[in-house]
Amino acid sequence: MSIFVDENTKVIVQGLTGGQGRFHGVRNRDYGTKVVGGVSPNKAGTDFEGIPVFASVAHAVAETGATASFVVVPPAGAVGAILEAAEAGIEFIVCITEGIPAHDEAKCFNILKKNFPNARLLGPNCPGIISPGKCNIGITSGDIALAGGPVGIVSRSGTLTYQALHELSQQGVGQTTCVGIGGDPVPGTNFIDCLEAFEADPETKAVMMIGEIGGSEEERAAEYIKAKMTKPVVSYVAGVTAPPGRKMGHAGAIISGSQGTAQAKMEALEAAGVSVALNPTEAGEKMVAIVRNL
Amino acid sequence: MDLFEYQGKQYFAQFGIPVSPGGEADTVDEAVAQAEAIGYPVVVKAQVRVGGRGKAGGIKLAENADEVRLHAGNILGMDIKGHTVRRVWIELSSDIAKEYYASFTLDRPNKLYLGMLSAEGGVEIEEVAATNPDAITMLSIDPTVGLDLETAKRWVAEANLDEEAREQAAALLVQLYTCYVEGDCDLAEINPLILTTDGVVRALDAKVTLDENASFRHPEWEAWAGTDTEDPREAMAKEKGLNYIGLEGSVGIIANGAGLAMSTLDVVNQVGGSAANFLDIGGGANADVMTAALEVINADPSVKSIFVNIFGGITRVDEVAKGVIEALKRVDIKSPIVLRLDGTNAVEGRALLKDHLSDRLVAEPTMLDAARRAVAFAAAIEGGKG
Repeated sequence: MSIFVDENTKVIVQGLTGGQGRFHGVRNRDYGTKVVGGVSPNKAGTDFEGIPVFASVAHAVAETGATASFVVVPPAGAVGAILEAAEAGIEFIVCITEGIPAHDEAKCFNILKKNFPNARLLGPNCPGIISPGKCNIGITSGDIALAGGPVGIVSRSGTLTYQALHELSQQGVGQTTCVGIGGDPVPGTNFIDCLEAFEADPETKAVMMIGEIGGSEEERAAEYIKAKMTKPVVSYVAGVTAPPGRKMGHAGAIISGSQGTAQAKMEALEAAGVSVALNPTEAGEKMVAIVRNL
Repeated sequence: MDLFEYQGKQYFAQFGIPVSPGGEADTVDEAVAQAEAIGYPVVVKAQVRVGGRGKAGGIKLAENADEVRLHAGNILGMDIKGHTVRRVWIELSSDIAKEYYASFTLDRPNKLYLGMLSAEGGVEIEEVAATNPDAITMLSIDPTVGLDLETAKRWVAEANLDEEAREQAAALLVQLYTCYVEGDCDLAEINPLILTTDGVVRALDAKVTLDENASFRHPEWEAWAGTDTEDPREAMAKEKGLNYIGLEGSVGIIANGAGLAMSTLDVVNQVGGSAANFLDIGGGANADVMTAALEVINADPSVKSIFVNIFGGITRVDEVAKGVIEALKRVDIKSPIVLRLDGTNAVEGRALLKDHLSDRLVAEPTMLDAARRAVAFAAAIEGGKG
């Protein structure tokens, strides 16, 4: 099994006719994802490489029965696109857009929470989600993932997600689902959401969690793992040597005062019984060892 | 982007937040002219983005032009915790009766806004939080609801601000909240927020961090853009559109993706070295971006070796390899380069590079091996000079 998406998930692409939307939308379709439509008000009624384009998400949903959306629109319009998807009844929204103002994200999150409690937002500023062999929504390269499980991956960083997939796939260890929750300060889906889903998924036998400096999501995840998780977790946290007060590439990757250090996160995870690695390679090795002993 | 105090106060003023009359000065003569226009006594304040200016002698009271001349002369050029003072802010002195603290920031765990208010201002708020947390009254604000005057009035009462300050403080808090939200701040902090002996509430300091993701809707920020970096390496990188942060070490870093770049610094540290910089070239590892990245790193005199760490996802490694080869033709690199190229099309990429490898351009199969090699290069060069 997989979490959040599977081989039957019908996806529309908001921003399909833009440069990124064209590239990734077609790539996701070619991977085998059921990409059933795109949304672009100016190009409604046409199609792009066989994918029909609709004027609105509501129209696309009515015509295709889509339940998921891939939002690839620029920062100024991204929140509007996310809310349009939620209003049209989309239940799983993946937004890869980088550079959305934090206040827009905070408002968006709270509107979704209040008015659309059944809608899940993944991202923004994330690589998306891939369930190898079944569904790929986002920008992850499908050929570095390996189908069949038993590992679930959740990560705040895109390239470290790829690195993790690569480390495992090279050793013949597959993945059930790999979720990039993104590097912004207000992620729609957090570590705990993913850990809960992996814990409930019978095919996932172990979880790799990749964190980074900033915020306290890793510490909260550690509490959850300690209290609820029965499956082994391997973790790596990036940014041990990051200076305080600087945004390290991601808007959310910042040590504020004494808050959000990698050290504190690693200590919290270790105290929760998580196997904490010092670098991505070691994380891969630890996970391979766990899987071999399952 | 962190604003200087004077910029923060100018920003506050745009939202109606009361601040003392003042003006900025880059020279002693300008400082005197500002003081003459404002009227005495004035305070001469060093403009650096670091706390503890007062203790370091960077804030002085001046009763007349001679004193302004003396203090501005001492403060301009002064080093405060590694920051050189290039500008002072001259403002009308305030007779302080009470010092409070007020701020708005994002409550990341709860995804709400957090207002913090304290009747004990003027000291580091982290210190108050650690030693006397009850002295801070927190207010959780739903971004879809906002902060109204009635709530602000209850808040100032709850925080035990002096009776005579409450009315003005409540109004100011609503203005500060508006500045925080509509002004797209990550942080809007006043410490101290003062009550003067004649009963006026105003912001005596301003600590503002702007959310650069919102710069597309704030053309007025452009005026401050040139002042936000003091590191010449960072200024150069910014000009080239690179995501760069200057650090203290000797291994220059180029990586794709924020997480991998951070991880690269960590791994270099683990094998006994230290990074000279953080540099995330994102998905665009073509010849132009690679050239720009190598130029910035090459200009840094502390760099002794360069570690290029690329994991191809969407970015194809053969394209990266072409970028590196082309960049090496354009830039005369002073330091040896260690490449670690993995991921999509890594085999093709390595094949392309094969004929270009030398004792100054080496490839290693893994991140750890490459880090060790880069650190060894740097150590050998530094040792050779010693």
